[in-house]
Amino acid sequence: MSAPAPLVGGQGEPAELLLRNVRALDPRASLDARHDVLVRRGEIAEIAAAGALEPAAIAGAGAHGGGVEVVEGEGRLVLAPGFFDPHVHLRTPGQEHKEDLDSGTRAAAAGGFCAVIAMPNTDPVLDSAPLLRSLRDAAARDARVPVGFLPAVTRGLEGRQLTEMAELRQQGALGFTDDGRPVADAGTLRKALQYQRLCGGVISLHEEDPTLSRGGAMHEGAVSAALGIAGIPAVAESTMVARDAALAGYEDARVHFQHLSVAASVEHVAEAKAHGFRVSAEVCPHHLLLTEEDVRTLDTRMKMYPPLATDGDRRALVEALRSGTIDCLASDHAPHAREEKEVPFEQAPMGSTGLETAFAALHTELVVPGVLALGLLVERLTAGAALFELPVPRIAVGEPANLALLDLDATWVAGEHGWESRSENCCFAGRRLRGRVLMTLAAGAVAHRLRPSGCDRALATVSA
Amino acid sequence: MNHLLSIEQLDRADIERIVAQAERFAEVSDREIKKVPALRGRMVLNLFYEASTRTRSSFELAAKRLSADVVNFAASGSSVEKGESLKDTVLTLAAHKPDAIVLRTPWVGASELVACWCSAAVVNAGDGKHEHPTQALLDVYTLRRRLGALDGACIWIVGDVAHSRVARSDVLAFQRMGASVTVAGPPTLIPRGIEQLGCEVRYTLEELHRADVVYALRMQRERMSETWVPSLREYAAWYQVNARRLQPQQVLMHPGPVNRGVELSGEVVDSPQAVITQQVEAGVVVRMAVLYEVLAGPREPRAGAAPSSASSPQGEREAEAVLGGPAA
Repeated sequence: MSAPAPLVGGQGEPAELLLRNVRALDPRASLDARHDVLVRRGEIAEIAAAGALEPAAIAGAGAHGGGVEVVEGEGRLVLAPGFFDPHVHLRTPGQEHKEDLDSGTRAAAAGGFCAVIAMPNTDPVLDSAPLLRSLRDAAARDARVPVGFLPAVTRGLEGRQLTEMAELRQQGALGFTDDGRPVADAGTLRKALQYQRLCGGVISLHEEDPTLSRGGAMHEGAVSAALGIAGIPAVAESTMVARDAALAGYEDARVHFQHLSVAASVEHVAEAKAHGFRVSAEVCPHHLLLTEEDVRTLDTRMKMYPPLATDGDRRALVEALRSGTIDCLASDHAPHAREEKEVPFEQAPMGSTGLETAFAALHTELVVPGVLALGLLVERLTAGAALFELPVPRIAVGEPANLALLDLDATWVAGEHGWESRSENCCFAGRRLRGRVLMTLAAGAVAHRLRPSGCDRALATVSA
Repeated sequence: MNHLLSIEQLDRADIERIVAQAERFAEVSDREIKKVPALRGRMVLNLFYEASTRTRSSFELAAKRLSADVVNFAASGSSVEKGESLKDTVLTLAAHKPDAIVLRTPWVGASELVACWCSAAVVNAGDGKHEHPTQALLDVYTLRRRLGALDGACIWIVGDVAHSRVARSDVLAFQRMGASVTVAGPPTLIPRGIEQLGCEVRYTLEELHRADVVYALRMQRERMSETWVPSLREYAAWYQVNARRLQPQQVLMHPGPVNRGVELSGEVVDSPQAVITQQVEAGVVVRMAVLYEVLAGPREPRAGAAPSSASSPQGEREAEAVLGGPAA
């Protein structure tokens, strides 16, 4: 099968950039030191000791390095590999009032992400090759950072008939998912896992037993009991993780568990990995930082699926991310229009935006207090690429520039100056965060620069 | 108090103040002319998204006894059926400048939202399965008349706790007033985590004899089709409060309407232990006290999140109070 490039979009002007005296941090290369990093024609051309590269000395540049933009890192700004998000909702086609390929990938770039994978629960559902082709064409035109697509496992996300997985793979599908819904029928999922032997592609699973979650709008526990809101029990997720891990093992299939939210699910993933099953898992910032207590105010931005669970679950997820039982982070960026969320809690749709706050929220709540090391956070924010058989962004000579420039000291209030996303339903809105993405390079091009209003201090630092 | 949104937001002093005011209004109800001019010129809007005759008419009667004007707005047959959102309906009705909105919806937290969206005082008349604070206040009022005080009383709430906003408000209100509360019912209808509200949980009525007060909840027939319990027959066999289970010294309560032969046997409904009609009677005076509290009681400064337009009508209200109101 000669598949087309798995990621499309993000083809901007190749960057010509000298990042001087930055703290280059690439945990996979055990790199954490002050360097000058030169980007020429969108590729990392040179990595030298801090202060070694003079703008005037760069071949082809003018006397003052003209044509090559110089960014001063002051020995303080962190240059990390660009982040990779394996789980976003770009709402195109059909729900462009929430988000589109342009606004969604702008939000990604603003969060330091150099590539994202879009989910198929659009309108119509991404479940056929012609639709995938047209969507990839649109992404090539509109997306600020490269986008990969996961079409549906079953037609119309209805959980019955498999999509034409082999043809979809030929047309560039990275894998398959019914995200937003589970593949509830075990027999149907088993057939998809068997068919994977023909067509390849990761099968990403939203785990939920609908007979257990039915009618629920939040995690089942003390808070749901007090509020009188029907609860979704933790076992709605964990029993499906256990079932599908067993199926993956039996069929020797490659599956990825999306947005784990409870401790019991983590145990099943650890067990499956111990058996050598080919499973991986992701976790979202909100499940690492928020709990059912945050739902008490009935703020609809706190309504997401899977729901925010207990503090014990939250701590288990943090530990699993640290240990590697959970492989990577994913934002599950789920934009919804204001009027859709400005309704009573039980009526509101599930989901929070998250691309623009993922790094800053995790840095503020987990790295600053010393729970996780910065290098580990960067590793988990980039690891998603390998899970989908894509090259992992690296800081190395000859690599395409997929980079995030971070100011760890910058403080800002999330959403205070608006969002790049078309929607504003962010569960971290209004929080004071520490750490900010100043610049993102994706596929060799500058995809994001922090706007002047965003952070005054950062503005002074990044000046061309 | 600006709004009555939940029992959770009240402390014992708030409850006692409202109940004491209700007792004063009860004297009015015994007079030949039952109307007082306390809220003359004020408009009370009843906004009901769920069918309700008892609660709505009780609020209507309460407002009229206080000389307020009453407008009833039922969601069925209105713009709501044409797809208007709660927010737009409320903004539209708020343009008529009601002083108070009495709100019943099937959605948890809807009254908090409405309180943010408009400047009227909001009284929660039931928000989904969350709370029904005026029911709990009238239950406290009724029990105080019967028992004198709730301190140290043992109160059992029996039945479908999971789907009951009355249960949630009563668990909180009875405990605030010094009682201990036990909830009892089939395990499928007792929500996981309810004990965090401070109550005990039982799955049988074996220890029901310990209760001073037995509060039976309505068992809705639709719960059968959703297989929460195998049959009404089995439910009645295990959880019906009947003459065999009810002790002579116990007080029996029920929020109505009663399913005779299901949660209560006919003989206990008609027994002198039952205070079910007293509860209905208390509904009017307690709701008078609540409307009086939110419209004529001391006001708190609004939270910063409230829209700026909120302040002026209140300012007018305060001015009116000082001047004794127009043409008072």
